[in-house]
Amino acid sequence: MFFLDSIWLIPMFPLIGAVLMLLFGRRLDPQHPLGPPEDDGHDSHHAPSPGRKLIDLLCPGMVLLSFLFAVGAIIQLQGVDGHRYEVVKWTWLAGLDSGTEVGIRAFTADWGFLLDSLSAVMMLVITGIGFLIHVYSTGYMAHDGGYYRFFGFLNLFLFFMLVLVMANNYVLLFVGWEGVGFCSYGLIGFYFRKQSASNAANKAFIVNRIGDAGFVLGMLLTFSALGTLTFTEIGPALEAGGFHAESAWGPLTVIGLLFFVGATGKSAQLPLHVWLPDAMEGPTPVSALIHAATMVTAGVYLVARSSAIFTLAPNAMLVVAVVGGLTAIFAASIALVQYDIKKVLAYSTVSQLGYMFLACGVGAFWVGIFHLYTHAFFKALLFLGSGSVIHAVGGEQDMRKMGALRDKIPVTYKTMLVGAMAIAGIPGLAGFFSKDEILWKTFSSHHTLLYGLGLLTAMMTAFYMFRLIYMTFFGDNRVAPGTHVHESPRSMTLPLVVLAVGSVLAGWIGTPPVFGPVHDALPSLEHWLSSSVAVEGAHGGADAEHHSALLEWGLMALSVGLALFAIWLSTRLFRTAKYEGEPMHGLVGQGVHRLLLNKYFVDEIYGGAFVDGAAKGGGGLMVRFDRRGIDGAVNGVGGLTRGSSSGTMFFDKWVIDGIVNVIGFGTKLVSYPVRMFQTGLVQNYALHFVIGVGIVAGYYLFR
Amino acid sequence: MSEHILSIIWLTPLIGMLAVMCLPKENKALIRIVANGFAVLGLLVTIPMILAFDKTNGDFQLVERFDWIPALGAQYYLGVDGFGYLMIILTVVVGWLSILCSWASIQDRVKEYYAFFLFLQAGMLGVFMVLDVFLFYVFWEIMLVPMYFIIGIWGGGKRLYAAIKFFLYTLAGSVLMLLAMLTVYFKHFELFGNYSFAIEDLMRVAAYTGPDMQFWLFWGFFVAFAVKVPMFPFHTWLPDAHTEAPTAGSVILAGILLKMGLYGLVRFAMPMFPKGVTDDLTVTLVAVLSIVGIVYGALVSLMQTDWKRLVAYSSVSHLGFCTLGLIAMNPNGIAGGMLQGFNHGLSTPLLFLAVGVVYDQRHTREIADYGGLANRMPIYTVLFAIAMFASMGMPGLNGFIGEFTILRGALEVSVVWTAFAVLGIVLGAAYLLWLFQRVMLGPIKNPKNEGLKDMNAREILVMAPLIAGCFWIGLYPKPYFEILEPPTNKLVERLDPAYFSSGAPELIEGEVELSQARTEDATTSE
Repeated sequence: MFFLDSIWLIPMFPLIGAVLMLLFGRRLDPQHPLGPPEDDGHDSHHAPSPGRKLIDLLCPGMVLLSFLFAVGAIIQLQGVDGHRYEVVKWTWLAGLDSGTEVGIRAFTADWGFLLDSLSAVMMLVITGIGFLIHVYSTGYMAHDGGYYRFFGFLNLFLFFMLVLVMANNYVLLFVGWEGVGFCSYGLIGFYFRKQSASNAANKAFIVNRIGDAGFVLGMLLTFSALGTLTFTEIGPALEAGGFHAESAWGPLTVIGLLFFVGATGKSAQLPLHVWLPDAMEGPTPVSALIHAATMVTAGVYLVARSSAIFTLAPNAMLVVAVVGGLTAIFAASIALVQYDIKKVLAYSTVSQLGYMFLACGVGAFWVGIFHLYTHAFFKALLFLGSGSVIHAVGGEQDMRKMGALRDKIPVTYKTMLVGAMAIAGIPGLAGFFSKDEILWKTFSSHHTLLYGLGLLTAMMTAFYMFRLIYMTFFGDNRVAPGTHVHESPRSMTLPLVVLAVGSVLAGWIGTPPVFGPVHDALPSLEHWLSSSVAVEGAHGGADAEHHSALLEWGLMALSVGLALFAIWLSTRLFRTAKYEGEPMHGLVGQGVHRLLLNKYFVDEIYGGAFVDGAAKGGGGLMVRFDRRGIDGAVNGVGGLTRGSSSGTMFFDKWVIDGIVNVIGFGTKLVSYPVRMFQTGLVQNYALHFVIGVGIVAGYYLFR
Repeated sequence: MSEHILSIIWLTPLIGMLAVMCLPKENKALIRIVANGFAVLGLLVTIPMILAFDKTNGDFQLVERFDWIPALGAQYYLGVDGFGYLMIILTVVVGWLSILCSWASIQDRVKEYYAFFLFLQAGMLGVFMVLDVFLFYVFWEIMLVPMYFIIGIWGGGKRLYAAIKFFLYTLAGSVLMLLAMLTVYFKHFELFGNYSFAIEDLMRVAAYTGPDMQFWLFWGFFVAFAVKVPMFPFHTWLPDAHTEAPTAGSVILAGILLKMGLYGLVRFAMPMFPKGVTDDLTVTLVAVLSIVGIVYGALVSLMQTDWKRLVAYSSVSHLGFCTLGLIAMNPNGIAGGMLQGFNHGLSTPLLFLAVGVVYDQRHTREIADYGGLANRMPIYTVLFAIAMFASMGMPGLNGFIGEFTILRGALEVSVVWTAFAVLGIVLGAAYLLWLFQRVMLGPIKNPKNEGLKDMNAREILVMAPLIAGCFWIGLYPKPYFEILEPPTNKLVERLDPAYFSSGAPELIEGEVELSQARTEDATTSE
């Protein structure tokens, strides 16, 4: 079992790449961190140096190695009982004995890696798409400075992401969780000279930290309740502890909700979604890999990984479903009117992540992972495509300054069209299967309202995706004059093609049972995931069986029909639009349009309430308290002491010293006449002596 | 020799001081070489201690005990357990680095500077190994003198204010400690008929005194230690002292002096007055002050415009975690608190050293004077980022291990404590990242920063051991917990004799199998 026993190597390969970049990167690519000042790349053209060629081989190569080892291990996993294999390298966090609800337990977490069906899916997505994006980046970043820094961070990201999904316990998962956050921070702020980039990086990290606080608290409570944080022990501990589905706010519900708080941070769900759109400040391959395909899905992975806990906490599940559903439609509505091509995709990502949580929340955890997996293909494709567009038009991201590009960059156009069709839910493509499964599971578990939200979101998705396609590739040419529009190099288009193929085919491993023989003939992701993820939903997953196949077909037709209607509407409005007037005004009204364009003003509200209000306002108050209150008191005491000591000094100088001086003066006064006698002349002394003797003798003689 | 291991450790810097004092004042190079030599020697003489120390033993080891002032019962009584052991190692390492980092930045009165530093080093080492309360007081107070002069002579603009404030604050706290100390001392004489300051003798008094008495005695000690830690609201000496002190002084203050407060609590205040520290009012007050400190320190940090002051306030926040852990009074809380103290002794000196690197070149601490340093100083940026992430508790680095263990301990006592303390994690990221953005990122706006040089080999060497320590504890903290476990468990048992027996691990069937299965898993998959 060579590959199985060396699964710990899978994350190590990219780590090696990252360390080599840190140590020797600057020597391989001796350039200014960002290229010459006042230039963020894209303009200067020069042949890649030998050092860069080495980086081009090394960093993607390391990821390819991880991918191959992952494939090898997963093939070998098929032969393992229970589809689960654990490798523990060493005990990491050996805290001391701790009182828990199950007695005194030693608090431990290992550097241990778990390969099961769930982590297998994640590993394939991460290393597979990660490799493609590495290849793409060698073309996209070719003209930027800081090349080694980019690839070092990218490799480091893959290391942490693999740790996240391969960890065998929550604490190690948290290492990956924070690590990917760190890499995201470093890559969002890659163009660190730009204020907006470093602002976005800070925002991403700090908003994520709010979620992390919930996650940490959730982990601690889990240990208190169950006495373990190791995934394979959670299930048995739940059984041994006699936990049942909680009707109200039991410990498992609280734990579930706290984990979900962590997930809302990482996966940009309401109300912590604000960082993801800003994260688009990073280079586009970063947006594709980290902020679409992998890192932001970590929250979904966390919920799926904790499915044993969630199924016993129906209230927590309900919250997950509702937040997911609301986020889906909220973000989709914003995406309807955005002009920045990457912002559209960013809100689309937030919306699709909402879908995944919706699936998890209604108990269909495997469907959440299924959508995660298909979404990784088409969203990575769309982002990379948008990167190719931006590359072609010289760095412009505003779709109002694009248009009519379909003949000039045909490969990008065709592949992006496939991606748009996939996400819009055109039958047969990847997004169709996973999205429809989500809608069906939501409906069949009697969440009719959420189903309505989901359906509406699906419509909006189709609408804004085709709006993006039309604004970018159709209509009249609005590209700034003098821009040399060119198709991207092979290193960029090849990944696009591979991902487009994936976007077409990826969904066929999750065909619904109503497909009958087709479903039976193809491999089933549901079956594969059943060994690691709770399949029976808390909300009567079994009920689904009672619905007729006809109903399922009917709903499928409904959602496809609505998507087609949305595409038609989009075509009407945007295919030939000239952008002198805003076509969306007619559809939603000017006020709503403004509200959506400004993203419901959430950033402004948060900025006022939390950043300027609570943090800076509170901090300012405390600074004043520190200076006036505490230090005021300290200095007051000091002043008082000094005051009283100068009082003492006054007393000393004028009273005590006064008395002493008076005495001294008196003595002096008295001594004055006496001193008159002291002339220093022997004759005078002799005279005094004689007079004295005379007086004394006289006294005795005449008394 | 082997029975004087500890004496040699604390006397080495003292001999170094005498040696420096004998050197001619003009020969600065020689003075530097000799002082650094003794700092390195100070490291080497701890090797026998490391070899001889038995980390499975919770009792005092390497004990040296002689009568010193028989009439008073004062003894020369040294010994270490896990708590002192870690602190001694921290002291020799950080002490060595702070002497090394002064090489170029101190040009005035070099001889006096190094003499004071070595003297300070001896005093600090003494504090961490004495077991006689009288001698402890002597070391505790004497250490103030060199620190006072280091801040007052080699400090920044407001150095005299800062030095006097530091001195008086600490002294005021110590007075109460002295009173409490003497009370216990006479009580001991009353009960047992002989005079003694030895820690285990004074601990015996606890069984014969009531909770009220112990409450006041504990607070007498506590105030002294709280000033040193420093806990909110006794902290305002710290920002001034840190800010005005020369780099090496800030490093020592943050790295070691603050840890004396924590050490004093676990060595003296908590075991001597178990009823006083477990008193509900004490627990509540200390926990509330700790949590207030965590949030308050972080928010005040956020608003600072002075780089060193920002780092100084962050100490208030970090040390709040430590005291929260100690007052939880369970194994994870106490071990986590002490380990976090050690962690803080690695990461905060790093931050101060980093400020020192640019301060030496630009002579300003204002954050607004910098900006865009990453353009000129890539190595510096990377090292500073590591220190920053260690400080904010990034998993894989040391801060996380400490914070997480403390939170684990705190949760055992109160969910509310933990929930508030977790806020510190969020705010910690905020003030550090904002600092990083303002100092390192963006374009270089101030032309004076164009000429900044990246770190030289000596500066990297100074930071390297601390960074290695951060990674070590972050990736493999087990040895540290092994060292802390015996004295921690001993302390927990003294405070709560029922802790390990009441919640006895009555493993039910399923769990026995579970833990067995777990060990099997671990062995088979290796």
